[in-house]
Amino acid sequence: MSSPHTSPARPAEREPGHDTARARGLVVVSGVASDAHTWNLVFLQLLIEELGYEVVNLGPCVPDEMLVEECRLLEPDLVVISSVNGHGHQDGLRLIGRLRACESLVATPVAIGGKLAISDDNAERIARELAAAGYDAVFPDGAAGVAEFRNFVGVLPRPSLTAGSRSGA
Amino acid sequence: MNLAGREGSPAVLGEFPVDFGRFVREAAGSGGLVVQPRMGFGTPTEMRAGLAATKRAPARTVGTVTLDSFTRVGELEAVEHALRHGIGLNGYPIVTYPDEVTRSVLQGIRGADFPVQVRHGSATPMDIFASLVRLRLNATEGGPVSYCLPYGRTPLADSVRNWEHCSRRYARLRDLGVEPHVETFGGCMLGQLCPPSQLIAISLLEALFFHHHGVRSLSLSYAQQTSHEQDREAVLALRRLCAEFLPTDNWHIVVYAYMGVFPVTEHGAYGLLGDAARLAVETGAARLIVKTVAESRRIPTVADNVAALSHADTVARGVRPLPEAGDPAAAGDSRTYEEARSLVEAVLNLGDDIGRALLDAFRTGCLDIPYCVHPDNAQRSRSFIDADGRLEWADTGRMPLGHRVRSRRARTVTAAGLLTDLSYVRTRYDRERAAHAVPADAERIAVTPEREPRRHGAPNSPDRAGTA
Ligand code: B12
Repeated sequence: MSSPHTSPARPAEREPGHDTARARGLVVVSGVASDAHTWNLVFLQLLIEELGYEVVNLGPCVPDEMLVEECRLLEPDLVVISSVNGHGHQDGLRLIGRLRACESLVATPVAIGGKLAISDDNAERIARELAAAGYDAVFPDGAAGVAEFRNFVGVLPRPSLTAGSRSGA
Repeated sequence: MNLAGREGSPAVLGEFPVDFGRFVREAAGSGGLVVQPRMGFGTPTEMRAGLAATKRAPARTVGTVTLDSFTRVGELEAVEHALRHGIGLNGYPIVTYPDEVTRSVLQGIRGADFPVQVRHGSATPMDIFASLVRLRLNATEGGPVSYCLPYGRTPLADSVRNWEHCSRRYARLRDLGVEPHVETFGGCMLGQLCPPSQLIAISLLEALFFHHHGVRSLSLSYAQQTSHEQDREAVLALRRLCAEFLPTDNWHIVVYAYMGVFPVTEHGAYGLLGDAARLAVETGAARLIVKTVAESRRIPTVADNVAALSHADTVARGVRPLPEAGDPAAAGDSRTYEEARSLVEAVLNLGDDIGRALLDAFRTGCLDIPYCVHPDNAQRSRSFIDADGRLEWADTGRMPLGHRVRSRRARTVTAAGLLTDLSYVRTRYDRERAAHAVPADAERIAVTPEREPRRHGAPNSPDRAGTA
């Protein structure tokens, strides 16, 4: 790929319409309110772009209200939340409640992944809680995570295909 | 020193803590590296246990209280929620706990032989500094740039203003007879893939910033990167620049064990930590921040930290300083030194007010951190790891380095390619199975509180916790 998108965009920088005709859809990538880590976000942006989507990367430490507002405006085909600082469980639970409380985001696919707590002890329970609270998929840290995520993205509905996309990717 | 008197008046000890900078320089001057964890726990009990174990560890240690990330971004409601529901925090919430609680955490542990530093990562640290001042916690870490660009979305201009305000306020501790110490975090930008010349330039500029705003006891950080050779060059260059630019002698260098993606194996983690200890001693740094075997996965336990401190200490004892460490200028102008000096001079030429100069530098791309997505970073620079493992510029953007570095044609960055570069150090150390890579003294790795600590300055303090 050689589009400018192969270098990570500024958070919240978007080029309206850029490549959307050829993209499979729009994905919002975001950190959570307390999480400063960005390499995870840059990595996910590149990965998802390589899967053929346009990505808006909101960057780290995104307050809940800002994420909800951006998603309402952008109407993304998928929202990808990443957190690695160990607070992702708490930040993520609060956040999904706010997203789902918004009428236009009730059915938007939302995934979360990373290192979601400060120890591995309750990883399974935490994943179940997050799923029960409204996430469509949870990807705890681990070798399998990214491969499973590709599969998950692969089976998403593709709105822009039906709109006549000629994706040459 | 008569400890009975101290035990009798612990409050007084807390009121007049030692100068962290002086303590470290004296300890290191007597021939040993000071080692320190990056430790922080959510409950007072764990935090106290962690500090006590650090103090007892068989090494020359200073203590750390690392704050949780809700406190860093001012989300105090989230702290309350976590404490109420028993959800684990990734650090100690100093602003939320009443001061009495924090005093009881430090009581009898912090002392003339064991100073404690608070580390956070906040670009809006007013509440944090208020707590530090009230608690006479006179050593911390930070920087207007390094606690902003890698740590969220606070505009750089706000961060500069906040840090000016907080530095001045902290400096006024001297009116109360307490010497405040600040360490720059500029030597660690983003943890990885920021070329050494820019790390040391930012570290030095932040030290000048703190000095400008009244802080007189300073340390400057440098984080281990991808090449041992290049890292030696960098620390020596930083020491030389300090001697040339800093208007005080009260400074020392602190080396951080690798701050990027860490090895997952035990031998890999200890191998990397050992090389960081080696780097620190070889180059005349006074202090080392360690990382543990848990780094790649989760918050380390107290035992993980003690093992890391002990390993670093053991390695350090077997290393001698390089001949150049006695006089970093004598080594001549390395490329790292020249690049860093160009950056520092370019920023200082932007004006006398160093905060403003830093803002202008980022606005114009005179400083530009590779892969930093903060809106106030120009995002034109790129770095790469060359065939020798050195971390180099792929694209210098608008930085004044054009005459020194030939930008290579930027390669297209892919997710896999980025991950390969980010994992370069992890992969190398996980693969290496050199003899030195196992814990230097496996027996000392076990937590052995009963063992007499080898400690500088106060060889036989009864606990140093005052309870023995
Ligand atoms: C670099 C780094 C930093 C840098 C970050 C700079 C920046 N702007 O990004 C700095 C130094 C600033 C930093 C700060 C802190 N950090 Co830090 N940091 C790291 C470190 C060393 C590497 C992270 C990294 O860059 N990884 C590279 C990226 C590409 O990979 P990744 O983030 O691991 O994500 C992978 C997977 O998790 C997955 N993934 C992630 N999200 C998602 C989402 C989805 C949907 C999917 C499918 C997959 C996925 O994909 C990635 C590739 O495999 C890790 C430890 C390590 N891994 O070695 C600690 C670490 C993440 N940090 C940690 C902590 C606690 C902090 C601090 C709170 C300070 C502290 N107490 O130590 C602060 C954070 C402050 C805040 N407000 O959040 C802890 C988290 C502990 C936990 N979860 O149990 C770690 C694990 C270190 C440790 N063991 O203590 N950190």
